[in-house]
Parts: sequence; structure tokens; C-alpha cells
Amino acid sequence: MTLAERAVEPLHRRLGVTDDELEAIRDRLGGRDPNDLELAMFSVMWSEHCSYKSSRPLLRTLPTAGKDVVAGPGENAGVISIGDGLAVAFKIESHNHPSAVEPYQGAATGVGGILRDIFTMGARPIAILDALRFGDPADARTRHLVDGVVRGVGGYGNCVGVPTVGGELVFDRSYQGNPLVNVMAIGLLEERRLTLATAGQPGDLVVLFGSATGRDGIGGASVLASATFTDDDPSKRPSVQVGDPFAEKLLIEASLELIERGLVEGLQDLGAGGITCATSETADRAGAGILVDLDAIPRREPGMAPFEVMISESQERMCAAVRADRWPEVREVCTRWGLPVAIIGRVTDDGDLTIVEGGPDEDGHALAPAREIARVPARALTSDAIVHERVASPPTRERPAPAPGVRLGPSDRLPERGMDPGAVLLALLGSANLSSRRTIFEQYDSTVGADTVVGPGHGAAVLRIKGTTKALVATTDGNQSVGRLDPYLAAALSVAEATRNVSITGARPLGVTNCLNYGDPTRPEAFWELREGVRGLADACLALGLPVTGGNVSLYNESPAGAIAPTPEIGVVGLLEDIATLAGPAFRDDGDHVLLLGETTAGLAGSAYVELAGEAAEDGPPALDLGREAALQSFVREAIAHGLVASAQDVSGGGLATALAECAMWGERGADLRVAAGDSPAVGLFGESPSRVVLSAAPGSVPALLRLAEAQGVPATELGLVGGDRLRIELRGAGATGSPEERGSRVADALDVSLADLRLAWDRGLPRALGWED
Amino acid sequence: MAVRIGVVVFPGSNCDRDTVHALDRAGAEPIVLWHEEASLRGVAAVVLPGGFAYGDYLRAGVIARFSPVMRAIGAFAADGGLVLGICNGFQVLAEAGLVPGALLRNRSLRFLGRDVHIAATRLDTPFTHALAAAGAPLRMPVAHGEGCYFADDATLDALERDGEVLFRYVDEAGHRASEDDRAANPTGSLRAIAGVSNAAGNVAGLMPHPERAAEAILGSEAGAGIIRSLVESAARAARQPVAVAVGAR
Repeated sequence: MTLAERAVEPLHRRLGVTDDELEAIRDRLGGRDPNDLELAMFSVMWSEHCSYKSSRPLLRTLPTAGKDVVAGPGENAGVISIGDGLAVAFKIESHNHPSAVEPYQGAATGVGGILRDIFTMGARPIAILDALRFGDPADARTRHLVDGVVRGVGGYGNCVGVPTVGGELVFDRSYQGNPLVNVMAIGLLEERRLTLATAGQPGDLVVLFGSATGRDGIGGASVLASATFTDDDPSKRPSVQVGDPFAEKLLIEASLELIERGLVEGLQDLGAGGITCATSETADRAGAGILVDLDAIPRREPGMAPFEVMISESQERMCAAVRADRWPEVREVCTRWGLPVAIIGRVTDDGDLTIVEGGPDEDGHALAPAREIARVPARALTSDAIVHERVASPPTRERPAPAPGVRLGPSDRLPERGMDPGAVLLALLGSANLSSRRTIFEQYDSTVGADTVVGPGHGAAVLRIKGTTKALVATTDGNQSVGRLDPYLAAALSVAEATRNVSITGARPLGVTNCLNYGDPTRPEAFWELREGVRGLADACLALGLPVTGGNVSLYNESPAGAIAPTPEIGVVGLLEDIATLAGPAFRDDGDHVLLLGETTAGLAGSAYVELAGEAAEDGPPALDLGREAALQSFVREAIAHGLVASAQDVSGGGLATALAECAMWGERGADLRVAAGDSPAVGLFGESPSRVVLSAAPGSVPALLRLAEAQGVPATELGLVGGDRLRIELRGAGATGSPEERGSRVADALDVSLADLRLAWDRGLPRALGWED
Repeated sequence: MAVRIGVVVFPGSNCDRDTVHALDRAGAEPIVLWHEEASLRGVAAVVLPGGFAYGDYLRAGVIARFSPVMRAIGAFAADGGLVLGICNGFQVLAEAGLVPGALLRNRSLRFLGRDVHIAATRLDTPFTHALAAAGAPLRMPVAHGEGCYFADDATLDALERDGEVLFRYVDEAGHRASEDDRAANPTGSLRAIAGVSNAAGNVAGLMPHPERAAEAILGSEAGAGIIRSLVESAARAARQPVAVAVGAR
């Protein structure tokens, strides 16, 4: 489109509202046209980011019920009761597009936004997990983005004093033009302090506190988050919000004090859509209306147009419904914390979001000189926003979706018989995706709060709960490499892996939050991927008996290079009743027995091994049996609760050999093991079939462990003993016993690597991949 | 009766609750001192906790030193009152001139959050007397962007001569780290200094966080000895309010 054409384009289209949507807006306004301010408000609220207009019909299919669920989807964060009068609030959210434009502020404000979702519920934030995905680590642009995003997450989280205790860093070519920055936050609250985002009663005051409103983040939801990127477009930079973690820290303390003292009827943070979103959503939830006096809103600069004030996404602001007699106390609390605070309107009973200039009188009626400049039904902006029934169709693939474990012919690209397993293991441990993330997480404060029992770097994070014997366990997992092959399976696998990572500590998973990162939903293939992902998520959560308590959908993750691989990012929080029973992944004692629980099955596609060795055209990803997954996790939790387990580690990226190497490195002791390689050592050592766990146990515990496994129908295989300073794995089976000629000259039928070599490869992999001096 | 110890809260302090928790566990009665208070309400010692006081805008600690509570702390310190600054609290004390030296940006120019080992140089101080041994490695986290200890050579010589270097970065075995040992002294602090006191010995600061390493469940109890030293010294000071802290040297 030329500039001249763009200039004559009608306003609604320039704001991203389609002609059909304009018609639907007229319907909701009794047939009249919206004025420009109303149109701007609709454009933001009906953006994909705020309205979920493409994904809402799918999200309704997710299981959300659970006996301990206190607040579910639709609130700012999910809340689950954990006993002792306490509850945990948690949610994951994306800030992908802002981070692609301005990585530091994009990531920083992503942290700020998700933290506000947590303390808005009345919970004190106690942990952050950041799930980050980028393109080629060797690329200069990627390195710039990684550096900026990591500094942004740290810059914000460190300052507000919430520890960053876990997350992911994954490199995949599909994120080259469109990185993913998904941030999960967890908070702890007394259940009786639970606060909902509602407008309270007609007559209540609408109070805005926190930073003044400026021109930053205009159109963040509509311009940035809900359209496909053309390129690194500098014109979008003003749409990125700017974060101030110091203001957020004050906002946390002031908000929690207001809640603690019972001074607010409802609380809502200001994020996407700014004041428009906060007022219309709270009004709609309360079945009420809100009258906003535009002139009462504190501004950062003069001359702001009404639409700028109403849709600005200036950060670190909160909106509260306050009973009139509580206002002096509310003002005192905010002022003491150094936060500007103002009455910006009143709750009404007419169901409308009404904007006036000139101010309302005592009864909430506009004063004579005041001018009504917008009036729309609150629900038209929120629960009655448009919903699009998108078309889904599976992509036409070059080849039909393959079956897992199709027998491979001799291939030099997947050297089944020509490989040295020790060299492959070192290459995997040193790869950009499997090596130590220390370089990253050392830039985060992971211990502030003095609750971090297990921080980043060794599986799920563990936080003790002061004053109890309990602990919370949290993790995030996603799987883009299976995602591009089978989006249904990828979502189910991500749930399985995340919950398994929680279960192997001994904790019981409580619930699931999800961030669904997909492409342009108006493309039938991308919408099909989203639909398949939601189906996989729902099936896995049902099978594992877990509620989905909230999350976020990020669409239009596309760049000129194409769409990202479908990436359902799954966050799970679990509860460990007695922290004294906590199990970790590190081998504990020499002489302990090492066991593999679960069954190794065929299928290498989507694995880190294939990434290294090259695609096997005929192979598919390994299948997932959710019944087996549930049985395995329940067995592991029970075995840990009975004190039978010395260490427990999940088998995932890099397969069994990688899992064993991690147990050995982190426990600083080797092992002497035998692995049945069947007819494929690659599958046996490096395959990533799900529903498997490596346990170690004291010799005296092994019989009871095996009996329990048998009783619960979980296959158990003894692998060998912990000890020494080398990881030695002897391969057993047809794949390892060919003649030397057949195997090739470089072949070993055993893997035998020193702990020092494992650690060197693992430690140096990431700094080397990113070209960072250590 | 438990001894009262004040924990200062500036806007942006974020280790105040952790410090209160650790003092409480060590048997003290911690009370919160708001930055606008001009009185210390009769506390026997004061802790300036970590965080980002006033957002650490301009430079860590530089705004906090002008707050009303700091005037009171200055007078309290001049009277021999016990003051401990941890991390941002150390930065504030250095900016206020209550302890010598300055904290520059870390050598990496990045925030650094990880475990380090430090060792006390002497046990005859109010902040170290309950530790098991001088020179023994104490594992605890650092978490800061500006923790590289700096002073000119003459000052450093004087600090060492007068025993004002309280804590040094050491390796796992307890050997003093060199200035360029990136593993053991990752911030690049001069002469591996992790904590110092003033000349009178009643005001001290350190960059690592003993309050985050004072319980076995958190992976290290090594910081508990520093907290306990402070609480016991404060209890003694409370019984004999005239500068026992200095006398303890």
C-alpha cells in the first residue's frame, strides 16, 4: 500500500478494525457509528490480544475445574488452595512482539505485567520463570536479542525483589524473526485476602494509582501484539511500553497493604488496553457501569488527546474500586508509598463505560459544563466482543506424517552404526540447547526472598513456604521441534514433561497455566496448529487430572521468514507437603542402584540427537501414552514419599544418556551402567520417548521400589551402580553387537567419559554458542 | 527479653523481609524503620538491608543517604551504635561515608547472582565473633550489579593495617582470591574485599547476603554466624548502652 492509499484508508481500517467488525460495533451501539474515541477503544479491546476473538471458542474446551481451584480463567491469574489457609496464584504470559522490537523494555515490561497479574489477586509475588526462545545463536541479531531480553528480565525482576528461579532458553531456526518471551509468575496469598478484578458496587469510587499516564505504549495490544511483523520496523517502537521496576516495587507494597487492610472492593492492573480495558472489564464483571472523568487522570505530559489517555499502556498503574468512606485511607497509603493517586470516576448502574470531560458530580452525573465524549456498553468491549470462527486446515506436507520408529535404512546422515556414543553425548551436552544455562541465570537474582531451595539450572524450581513444612515446585516446558511435526502431540508432550518435572521432586502438580504461541489465525494452517495444540493440552490435562487455571494466547508470531514452530508453553506449579522428602536429580551415594522407570520406545524425529545428526526422513516423533504417563508420575511421587528414592531425573532432551550425565555431573559421582540398545543405540541412548524417569536408590530400598513399580504397572529396568569419576554405559543388544567391520572403525560399544569432560562440555556450550567471553 | 534491632525500609528495599526473618530466627526482635523516620526508637542495632533504595537511580545508594533515617543512623553510629549494611545497605553506608571505599559496577558489567565464598579476617568484632573460625570459607549468595569494592591504595593499605577488612572472597578451600580470579572473586573487588568496617569497628558493610544463607533448607547456614554475632553484640550493647561495640574490639 502506498502512502497516498494509506492516507485515504478509513480510520477503522487504520486502527486494525475490519469492515465486518465495524458493522458488529454498530450493532452493539444500537445502529449508530462509533465516534473516533469509541472506535479507538474498540480497536484496542477487540484486538486479538485483549479479546481472544480467534481463540475463545477453542479455550472453552479446556478443563478448568478442580476441587482446590479458587480462581480460574477470566481472572488475572489462576489461584489454587494449598491448605493452611494459603493459596498459590500463578500465570504465564507472552511479551513476544515488544521484545522483538526493543528487547530490554519488551522483556522488562513482560515481567512487570505478569507480576501485576499476581499481586492484583492479593498475592505477594514469590517467583519468576522466563521461557525464552530465539533463532540461530550464531547470528548477530539473535545475540543482541538474547542479551537485551536477559538484561531486561533481570533488570526488572532483580529490582522488584522477586527471584527468577527457572525457565528455559531454546534456540530454533523458526524464531529467527520472532523471538518468544514468555514469563511466568507465582505468588502466595492468604486465601481470605483473595481479591477479584471487579468494580464493586454502584457509587464506589474508581481510583487510579501508580505512574502517571503518558504517550508510551499507544496501541501496544493492537499494533504490536495482534499483527504479523513485516520486519524490524522502527515505526513500532513507540508502541513498546517502558518499564520502571522501582515504581512497580512501590505498587506491589501499596497494593498488598490496601488489600491487607481491606480498603479496596476490587483491584485491576492496567496492561494491554490501559484504562479502557481496566474500567470496562471490571465494570462488566460487576454487572455495572463506570463513568470516567478524563480530566482527573494524572498525565505525564500536556496536550494528550482523549484517545491517547484512554488506550495508553503506560506501565505500573493500578485501578481500584473504593468505597467512598475508605478514600482517605487509600490516599494515605498510596501517598506514603510515593505513588500518585486520583479518583478518576465512579461505578454506575447503567452498564456503560462513559467518558466525560469536565468531571462528574457527587451522584456520578456529568456536570453541566462536562461533555460526554464516549458512551459504550462495557460488555460490548469485553465479554460481548466479537468472536471469529476461523477456518482450520492441516498443512499439506511434503510427506505424510510419519510413524514413529519406521525402520531406518543404512544412512550416513543418521549414523546408527557409525557413531561413537561418547562423542555424541559430549556434543549434545555442549549443544546450544542442552548445555548449562548458568551464563544466563547468573544475571538474575534467584535467591531474594530467602525461600529458594532449588534455583535455576537443575530441573524444577523449589520454594519453601515459611512457617509450614510445605514447598512449591514450578517449571515451564515447551516443545517446538515436535510442534512443527505434530502440534497435538507437542502440546500433550509439554504438559507431560512439565508435570513429570514437578512429580520427580515428590510434589503433586496442582494446575497448569499455558502460553499458546502460534502464527496468524486467519491462515487456516496456523489456526489448525492452534486448534490441535489446544486439543492436545486439553487431553493431557484431563488424563492427568489437572485444571487449566489461565494463561495467554499469542498469535501472529510470524516474520518474513515464515511462522514460528507451534509452541505451546506450559507452566506447572506443584505442592510438596513435606519438604524433608524433596528428591533431586543428582546421584547421592556411591553404591546406589540406578534404575530406568518407563519404557524406551521408537521414534527420533524432533529429538536433539536428530538436530545434531540430521533428519531421518522416514522417522516420526515418539508416541505418548497419557495413561502410562499418569501411572509413572503417580509411582514416582509415591516412591519418593515412602523414602525409597535417592535421586530422580526426568528423561527428556538428549535422551537417557544425557539424563544420566546430568545425574552424574550434578552429584559429582560417576556410574557404571548397562543399557539395552535394542537394534538402535541412538534410540536407546539419545531417543526422547516420554514417560521415563531415572531413579537411584540405596541397595536396601531397591526390592521395595521394584515391588511398588510392579504393583503400579510401571516397567523398571536396573541399569547399574553409582560410583567412580566416569560415566560408563555399556550397550547391550543387536545394535551394539555387530562385527567391527559392520560397525565401522570409529564405533565403540560402550560410552565411557570422565565427569570432568562431561562438565567441560556442558559448562562451555552456551557461552561458546553465543560468542560470549566467560 | 529479645533485643530490638531496626531494619531500615527505603522505598525499593527488597531484602527487608528476609532480614527481619533471619533476625527473628536468631532470637532478636526486629522492628521496621521507615526511611522518613527521624528516630531509631531505641533499637540496639540497625541493619540496612539489600534492594534498590529509591530505585538506585543515578548510582546505588546515592539518594538513600539523604533520607531522614540516615541522619539518625549517622548520629547513632557516631555514638558507637552497631550498624550493619548488607548489599545495597553496604552501598548506602559507603555513599554516606560511614564506611570507607566505594562499590563500582561488577567487572562483567552485568548483574551477578550466584553463590560465593567469603571468610572473616578476624573474630574479635561485633559482626564476626560468633563465627567458628577466621579464614573458614562461608558460602552465601551475592546478587548485585555494583559490588566491585574500590578504594585508593593508601586507603586499602590503611584498612588492612588497621584490621578494617572484615571479609574477603576466598575459594572453596578458604584460600584468599586474587583480584583477577573470576571464579572466586567474580566482581573484581580490590584485594578481594567483600566487607569492611569503619575505624571504630561499630559500622560494617558486606556485599554477600548472610540472611539468605542462614538456614540448612536454603543450602547454607554459613551466614547465620554473622547474623548471630550481630544479635549477640546488640544484646550486650543494650545491657550497657555505652559503645560496647567499640569496646569489643
